[in-house]
Amino acid sequence: MAGQTLYDKLWQDHLVKSREDGTALIYIDRHLIHEVTSPQAFEGLRLAGRKPWRTDSVVATPDHNVPSDSAERAGGIDGIRDEVSRIQVKTLNENCNDFGIVEFGINEPGQGIVHVIGPETGATLPGMTVVCGDSHTSTHGALGALAHGIGTSEVEHVMATQCLIQKKMKNMLVRVDGELGPGVTAKDVVLAIIGRIGTAGGTGYAIEFGGSAIRSMSMEGRMTICNMAIEAGARAGMVAVDQVTLDYVKGKPYAPKGEQWEQAVENWSRLHSDDDAVFDTVVELAAGEIEPQVSWGTSPEMVASVNARVPDPAAEADQTRRTGIERALEYMGLRAGQAIGDIKLDRVFIGSCTNSRIEDLRAAAAVAKGRTKAGSVKQVLVVPGSQSVKAQAEKEGLHEIFTAAGFEWREPSCSMCLAMNADKLGAGEHCASTSNRNFEGRQGYGGRTHLVSPAMAAAAAVAGHFVDVREFVAAGETA
Amino acid sequence: MKAFTQHQGLVAPMDRANVDTDLIIPKQFLKSIKRTGFGPNLFDELRYLDEGMPGQDCSNRPLNPEFPLNHERYQGASVLLARENFGCGSSREHAPWALDDHGFRAIIAPSFADIFFNNCFKNGLLPIVLAEEVVEQLFQEMYAQEGYTLTIDLEQQHVVKPGGERIPFEVDSFRKHCLLNGLDDIGLTLEDADDIRAYEEKRRAQAPWLFDAVK
Ligand code: SF4
Repeated sequence: MAGQTLYDKLWQDHLVKSREDGTALIYIDRHLIHEVTSPQAFEGLRLAGRKPWRTDSVVATPDHNVPSDSAERAGGIDGIRDEVSRIQVKTLNENCNDFGIVEFGINEPGQGIVHVIGPETGATLPGMTVVCGDSHTSTHGALGALAHGIGTSEVEHVMATQCLIQKKMKNMLVRVDGELGPGVTAKDVVLAIIGRIGTAGGTGYAIEFGGSAIRSMSMEGRMTICNMAIEAGARAGMVAVDQVTLDYVKGKPYAPKGEQWEQAVENWSRLHSDDDAVFDTVVELAAGEIEPQVSWGTSPEMVASVNARVPDPAAEADQTRRTGIERALEYMGLRAGQAIGDIKLDRVFIGSCTNSRIEDLRAAAAVAKGRTKAGSVKQVLVVPGSQSVKAQAEKEGLHEIFTAAGFEWREPSCSMCLAMNADKLGAGEHCASTSNRNFEGRQGYGGRTHLVSPAMAAAAAVAGHFVDVREFVAAGETA
Repeated sequence: MKAFTQHQGLVAPMDRANVDTDLIIPKQFLKSIKRTGFGPNLFDELRYLDEGMPGQDCSNRPLNPEFPLNHERYQGASVLLARENFGCGSSREHAPWALDDHGFRAIIAPSFADIFFNNCFKNGLLPIVLAEEVVEQLFQEMYAQEGYTLTIDLEQQHVVKPGGERIPFEVDSFRKHCLLNGLDDIGLTLEDADDIRAYEEKRRAQAPWLFDAVK
């Protein structure tokens, strides 16, 4: 018998029951919830008179709607100006109190973007099944977990039964071998992967990211990659457990301790694909060929190297794709053949569950240090992913580097990633953003998003247009 | 959940690939804590010329005359014809809620994004995958003929064209069963409560840390 993939093992470990019709009941170890996709699930439980199966498996935090502005944030829930946002955050808080669910409240130390606080607190661990009513739940797969987003009906289903009805996905291996060039980051790697396989390339698959370039990445980098698995169409992305994983998890507040730690490490040591495991699809990329990436269109697959040009729809043979490119260029206000470096920015956003961890902020600060934002750039937001990232960054003095450069240092939230709080783009504005989606209107009505790495975003903020961060740093344009 | 057995309805187009859930229902409308009332904001950015706000009365907003769903001939449509990778992006169930609230019962496309596909079934909405050429053919026929309707027979797994031609489609048997009978899957899963408890017991012995409370 052929060996098992990491996904096969995680599936097997959580299989409660296979049904004759090909579906299965999969046990869920950790259920994360936030204010946007949970209220209707709680309402459903109440209407049916059902109780949560295991409240201690649920961890809640408000992130999408909470203000990033320090003054507004200081007022807590009651201080949220937008009434509908306030109701949602309050509803989460009330539901958690009513059902006895642990919540990291709006201004409590554990609060942050749900996908940032899971790994950093140890609430999500290797070998777990993790779900959340949020598609970027794939992030937690970086720990060697089976993690994916679910809809609100499934949130209710998991609360009521601790299980999910699933069909097994296919296995895909994305292997990135070799060494990344200086200035090239995990974000560039994942954008290059999506550019290669497309936004539907991973549909129906669980993707394992492997190869020497992934192995030599930090946990933060691996999380950035798994975070965007969904942008390649895959509900789940994952990376095998290795020493980097164990070093990261050890000592986290909710990680196992003492004897249990030893037991857990032994249990986790098998969380990798066997040498003879068979994947349905294998995609290979050479790390050395990946350059810093910038998205130019309205789908994450519409991406190019910073030194490339905006594509010409006339060169595309497929009709649907050609109209897609034409429509994207029109929305983005770009010309076919325009150099990426000629795109001027109005705003810059450094944050989101893709790139708001400490390493991301360090990378942005390294570029921003001793420089200032271009006068033509109206605003640069730096939004740490969690209270603990914020505290760490302040300890390292990163916030001072940012404010000295004219960047704004904000409170942990999703912020301009999807613009549900007050942070948004104006119509027609171009934004260099470290988030994960460049869909039309995502960052504000009529807004134009370009997805980049934190270092590229900081360099664009300083230059006022896209620049190759490698040359930028090498040229030593320091003040 | 609403049952779906057979449905005959007017067909309307959403003629672009990779329609994402932000396009189906923009984020400002996700602030609601209810499941209903999203219909007027379905495809909000394409449908209206101004920026929509939650809680607003949409009947006085300027309509985009170029958007097909605003055209007289597609009023009352209940079958949406779409292109590849429909419903990509976020997991928001507000997307199927909005389609349902607007009156759609079925969506036909060459492919769907996984989470959206799954969410449809939980809301009595039937997503149907047909080959790209077949979908293309349906688009052409629909554009050519005003009042073009299709009949969808879930029991037989057929889409029936106006002339009586039948196009077979695949559907997972569990989902079909739930949809035909309007079954709530929580109730079904709870019938297996003993299996779930037995699993927990076994798992607790292997990996006790998974059952420790946080905070
Ligand atoms: S940061 Fe953005 S992508 Fe991540 S959870 Fe928040 S809104 Fe979703």
